[in-house]
Amino acid sequence: MLEKLVHWARIRSPWILHFNASACNACDIEVIAALTPRFDVERFGILLKGSPRHADILVVTGSVNRQVKARLKRIYEQMPEPKFVMAVGTCACSGGVFQHCYNVYEGVDKVIPVDVYVPGCPPKPEAIIHGVVKLIEKYKRAVGIIK
Amino acid sequence: MTIRIPVGPQHPALKEPERFIFYVEGEQIVKVIPRIGFNHRGIEKAMEERTYLQDLYISERVCGICSNVHTACYVLLVERLMNMEIPERAKYIRMIVLELERLHSHLLWLGVAFHEIGFDTLFYLVWRDREIVMDLLELISGNRVNYATNTIGGVRRDISEETKHKILKGMKLLLERLKYYRRLSPEEQTIVKRTLGVGPLSTQDAKRLCAAGPTLRASNVKSDVRGDEPYLLYKEAEFQTMVSDLCDVLGRILVRIDECIEAVRIIEWCVKNMPDGPIRQKLPPIFKVPENQAYRRVEAPRGELVYYGVSDGSEKPYRIKIRTPTLANIPALCKMLENQHIADIPIVVASIDPCFSCTDRLVFIDIEKGKKWSCSMPYFKHLIKKKFGR
Repeated sequence: MLEKLVHWARIRSPWILHFNASACNACDIEVIAALTPRFDVERFGILLKGSPRHADILVVTGSVNRQVKARLKRIYEQMPEPKFVMAVGTCACSGGVFQHCYNVYEGVDKVIPVDVYVPGCPPKPEAIIHGVVKLIEKYKRAVGIIK
Repeated sequence: MTIRIPVGPQHPALKEPERFIFYVEGEQIVKVIPRIGFNHRGIEKAMEERTYLQDLYISERVCGICSNVHTACYVLLVERLMNMEIPERAKYIRMIVLELERLHSHLLWLGVAFHEIGFDTLFYLVWRDREIVMDLLELISGNRVNYATNTIGGVRRDISEETKHKILKGMKLLLERLKYYRRLSPEEQTIVKRTLGVGPLSTQDAKRLCAAGPTLRASNVKSDVRGDEPYLLYKEAEFQTMVSDLCDVLGRILVRIDECIEAVRIIEWCVKNMPDGPIRQKLPPIFKVPENQAYRRVEAPRGELVYYGVSDGSEKPYRIKIRTPTLANIPALCKMLENQHIADIPIVVASIDPCFSCTDRLVFIDIEKGKKWSCSMPYFKHLIKKKFGR
């Protein structure tokens, strides 16, 4: 019974944490644009949080560079279970135009496991919202609410 | 007793990965040490390894907020290296997109600034109005953020009569909203109490520390690349350089709103005076640039942006050097934060409109001596050769 309630709460109101892992800001402003009145993801109960301890979903933008790698890992480890990672933008998916640069890891999945990839340079807020919806579906499937 | 407070790289008040160490005594800040480098991707090196046309797309991704101004400066640089003239209509289209970008960047900043002082209602209102600009940019270029409008020899997309009409309509709506914010900001007590006299930067300090852009103009220094060294058609557009003598955060808010109003005027002037004609001079995808060196500066939303380039007669540049405005504003920021309260840190840091993705540099640290420095690529190659013999 309690477990059901927890699942319900997680699906109805996932809290996100945004981390800029050496992104160019383009994806970041689109993530924030998704939170503002035109797109308004708060109507799905999605809230932007400041601390990794409060977050369910880690939204990572940017091609991870050497400086930021250790910090990204640490933030991921600080998040409570179950945790999900969304890679937003082509850089976060594969490195994008920064492939073969000496300082980048070419994608978030080289450092931490990723659940949803949202490609685009930058992805539109609609695409980011679509990514969150897919992630919620994935969670539902994992806990057996839908098949 | 001095207490050391580390802030960042991930912090609710910072939108980008950056680290500041604040030394505080009670509530007062006595010293600030910034630590940049979390955003270094090696763009200048990557530009040397790609062709001129590929570099265009890399330069666009130096910074996502002022992406168009980076490509504009880059194409102006390459055109100077090649001694190339572009069609008249292309100049107008470049200017329209540049000014629309300034509007979107300043409105974005305005929203963030209101958010940092805890006035979230105004933050949402400003971001709602910003969507007018974003829609116009999407209409002109096909994308909301990285427009890819500029290309070497002109622009890639034309503006139709229908689009012109929509731009004018959008600008009219936006001008009304901007005038409302201009009237509101110096009167509304919530804004005035949090910003008046906060983060002071005197005229002498602004000049001495080489601040740039709206930060400099808010300290009562009339300096704008668009006016001082006009590029494209800024001489003909007859705009005014906005300054404020308040020398604090409120001054920076007012200067940016005034600049938005000026930007609307420039866009209207461009749309009304745009001549007919071709929009680009076609070039093959891979072309060679004669041996030359050139320097271009433009006014980005955050201040003066400088590109310096050296070509060696091949299809790839020998060296491209970028100097971005936020880097110039960091010493001024450290000065502003001195003797301020801890609660004012977010708004003072935000007041220079920091964009660290532009800023981050390769810094060498001598581990044994603890010495830090940065150097140019040829010198670095020379050092490697000296040390390793290759």
